[in-house]
Amino acid sequence: MTRIGIVGEFGRETRVAATPVTVRQLAELGYNIVVEKGAGELSSFLDNAYAAAGATIVGADEAWGSDIVLRINPPTEEEIGRLTDGATLIGMLSPALRPELVEALAARPITALALDAVPRISRAQAMDVLSSMANIAGYRAVIEATHEFGRFFTGQITAAGKVPPAKVLVAGAGVAGLAAIGAASSLGAIVRATDPRPEVADQVKSIGGVYLKVEVEEVMTSADGYAKATSEAYNRRAAEIYSEQARDVDIIITTALIPGRPAPKLLTAEDVAEMRPGSVIVDMAAGQGGNVEGSVAGERVVTDNGVVILGYTDLPARLPAQASQLYGTNLLNLLKLLTKEKDGQLRIDFEDVVQRSVTVVRNGEKTWPPPPVQVSAAPPAQAQAPHAGGSAADTAKKTGLSPAGKAGLIAAGMAMLFGINAVAPAPLPQHFTVLLLSIVIGFYVIGKVHHALHTPLMSVTNAISGIIVVGALLQITSGNTFMQIMAAVAVLLASINIFGGFAVTRRMLAMFSRGNRADG
Amino acid sequence: MSDTVSGPLTAESIAGAAYIIAALLFILSLAGLSRHEKARTGVIYGISGMAIAFTATIWLTLQGAGATGAALTGLVLLVIAVLVGGAIGLWRARVVEMTGMPELIALLHSFVGLTAVLVGWNGHLQAPALAEDLMAVHHAEVFIGVFIGAVTLTGSIVAFLKLSARMKSSPLMLPGKNAVNLGALAAFAALTAWYVNDSQLWLLVVVTLLALGLGWHLVASIGGGDMPVVVSMLNSYSGWAAAAAGFLLNNDLLIITGALVGSSGAYLSYIMCKAMNRSFISVIAGGFGIAAPAEGDADYGEHREITAQATAELLSNASSVVITPGYGMAVAQAQYPVAELAHKLKERGVEVRFGIHPVAGRLPGHMNVLLAEAKVPYDIVLEMDEINEDLGGTSVVLVIGANDTVNPAAAEDPGSPIAGMPVLRVWEAENVIVFKRSMAAGYAGVQNPLFFRENSQMLFGDAKQQVEDILRAF
Repeated sequence: MTRIGIVGEFGRETRVAATPVTVRQLAELGYNIVVEKGAGELSSFLDNAYAAAGATIVGADEAWGSDIVLRINPPTEEEIGRLTDGATLIGMLSPALRPELVEALAARPITALALDAVPRISRAQAMDVLSSMANIAGYRAVIEATHEFGRFFTGQITAAGKVPPAKVLVAGAGVAGLAAIGAASSLGAIVRATDPRPEVADQVKSIGGVYLKVEVEEVMTSADGYAKATSEAYNRRAAEIYSEQARDVDIIITTALIPGRPAPKLLTAEDVAEMRPGSVIVDMAAGQGGNVEGSVAGERVVTDNGVVILGYTDLPARLPAQASQLYGTNLLNLLKLLTKEKDGQLRIDFEDVVQRSVTVVRNGEKTWPPPPVQVSAAPPAQAQAPHAGGSAADTAKKTGLSPAGKAGLIAAGMAMLFGINAVAPAPLPQHFTVLLLSIVIGFYVIGKVHHALHTPLMSVTNAISGIIVVGALLQITSGNTFMQIMAAVAVLLASINIFGGFAVTRRMLAMFSRGNRADG
Repeated sequence: MSDTVSGPLTAESIAGAAYIIAALLFILSLAGLSRHEKARTGVIYGISGMAIAFTATIWLTLQGAGATGAALTGLVLLVIAVLVGGAIGLWRARVVEMTGMPELIALLHSFVGLTAVLVGWNGHLQAPALAEDLMAVHHAEVFIGVFIGAVTLTGSIVAFLKLSARMKSSPLMLPGKNAVNLGALAAFAALTAWYVNDSQLWLLVVVTLLALGLGWHLVASIGGGDMPVVVSMLNSYSGWAAAAAGFLLNNDLLIITGALVGSSGAYLSYIMCKAMNRSFISVIAGGFGIAAPAEGDADYGEHREITAQATAELLSNASSVVITPGYGMAVAQAQYPVAELAHKLKERGVEVRFGIHPVAGRLPGHMNVLLAEAKVPYDIVLEMDEINEDLGGTSVVLVIGANDTVNPAAAEDPGSPIAGMPVLRVWEAENVIVFKRSMAAGYAGVQNPLFFRENSQMLFGDAKQQVEDILRAF
């Protein structure tokens, strides 16, 4: 009979990978459960409760020697060594961030499943441990903030005077952010939230927050359900919003994380310095570099102006019983998927996208990273307005070229250019240089043209293309009368263009006005 | 040549230096035109650049020619040509109606095309003495320059005729039109090869005729609804024509300027195609709108009419009004009464905004120009994407002479020829009043289910007249 071992984590970890409730359900799947002595103590799950649920309490070595080992945190080198050959390890392994861990695991003839690599598809939500931990962390962040904050969250009018409500800003409306918004607003605070994805506005509103829209001319829709890195214009405007908000709010909770990358810096030291003494910042991304300048991972920092910055990285672990229960249930759901027959036999089916995604190492063979899964619920972006600007990538999308095809086309173009310039006689390569650089400049110079200015732009380029008059001028002194007449006609036509074009552009531009003139 | 400055300061080097300055000024000019605040400075830059280039070239020519009789004739011709041309240009620019702007610009493009053809022909007549391989290059340059110029010339003329309604705007459908276009290109390639080896005048005549035909056919087979893209594309062609002339004459300024205009024009066209959700290639190759014959017979139900009086009442009770103008407003010259209507409503505390579709009108930004002419402040003139979300909460939308750009079929009927084109979602508003002359279909030839919606009412007649009636009814 396959044995599942629940091992203790000890050290700073307070959670445990299974609770008495989930142990009972795991047993129903046909497994034999052993729990390391004292594993659940910090989560208030005592050994006798596990025993009552049908588990056997064993020593550390026996627990680690099980066929399936359930964990929360990634194992150390030494702990990997304690696994038996053919064993399966399941836990939060962050394979994307820790390639060295993946290598170490693949060095053993074992199987490793990363619970935190579950794809964000509806079917897998029951196993999405990142969401369940983020939910807890968001709640706990508010609790930590209330603890530090020297005032009420809710506004009150009392016999001793009026108490204004606290103002809370939550940066990032993912699972953690939404949990924080909900917790803070149910405590009575005024809650505002920011997020690069406009589609979350309704979610923010639904749990009592106010969504602060960053007004730039682009829309973020991510294909995989996570926020992506944002553009420069967006970041600039967002930074302004954060500075404005920092001066106004009492509490800031930042939750901005980008998978596989350092956390984006949202609040600068200046913003923090602008905050009132006694304000509290909870930087939930402190473990990934932090959203706030001056936050220290795992530490409570007090700035010179009396702002408390909490960089705790163990927020879910500060609610250990709850976190263990949710984690345990996520884990149980994964094992249910892997034990369809309820016969205590673990089978991994690589045809199933969920099972494929979580498998980091299979029988000592590295299977990370898995093929990408497209899951976003957001509708694909419609064609954008002209001002949104295009790029080479857009062009490729339009014509439906694959990246390889695009690269091939570019390579062919470059090769042709090279060929032409390599054999072309003297003045030609120089002309080509000038031509190509000018094309690039032309492309970029009007890249951000305002839609309303299309017509003036066109009439001015039209006037400028009258520069062809230069060609005609150079020919007008020719000795050939016929040529002279032709050149003169050319000069005449080009002159109409130049004078007409510039004059009409000026006339148009003179009309554009902002605000009210004397009369409409 | 005796009076050429001696030493390193030759006529060429001075002119070359002036050209660099001119080129820089042109770049600044285009960059300036991208923003409202700097647009006027941009024009000044452009004018200065042109003045510098012009003066430097004249000076260079005179230095080169010396005091021969030909030079004198040339000078006289030049002065006359510039004066006459400049006068015509300024006169046209002064008197043109803002609604006639697209035609004017299209016509101006044709001048650049013709100039390029003339310069190319002169290049053939005055072949410089060159080494053999350079001679081949020279011939190729003449040929390519004439070809591009001629395509621009007839293309622009057709665009002009279509825009000014002197020619039917529906696309010309020759059988195998793609084969015609590709065949013309292939023939051009073959003729180029021939001409490079044996530069006969008749070959140049043939290619000119070929290119004239191709330009005509290209634009004639594009429907009127796509004219904004075409005008911008022709703008691009005129740039390439100038660049080709630059290669021919060994003149970097022409190359730089031509390439600037060429690439910015092409990019602008591409932006517009994206706004219409059309394939760039199919628009410039004239391929749009063939596949979908209008079904026509579908039963859309009954439309309802409304009077100007009732419209005025509806408007005065509205809390927010959005006006979405189209080409019809330009045709009826209704921009002034419309602006006044907006002004009046604003005075009554009604929130008034304008929603502009990126391809409304017959020129990119056409509506913006018209509204600006009527002194509508540009901060209440919003783009489609800015206003679309708000349309659902709007009391009254006035659709003035727009049709395809407010057609719900684009969003809802996958079988429609304009399916997928982003449109102003006016039908989401509480009330829609459509100003229209009759129940005829729009430029794309597609019936508009909007007119038969329950929240839509039609106000038939001349848009200007109707808006004035509404104003009187207030």
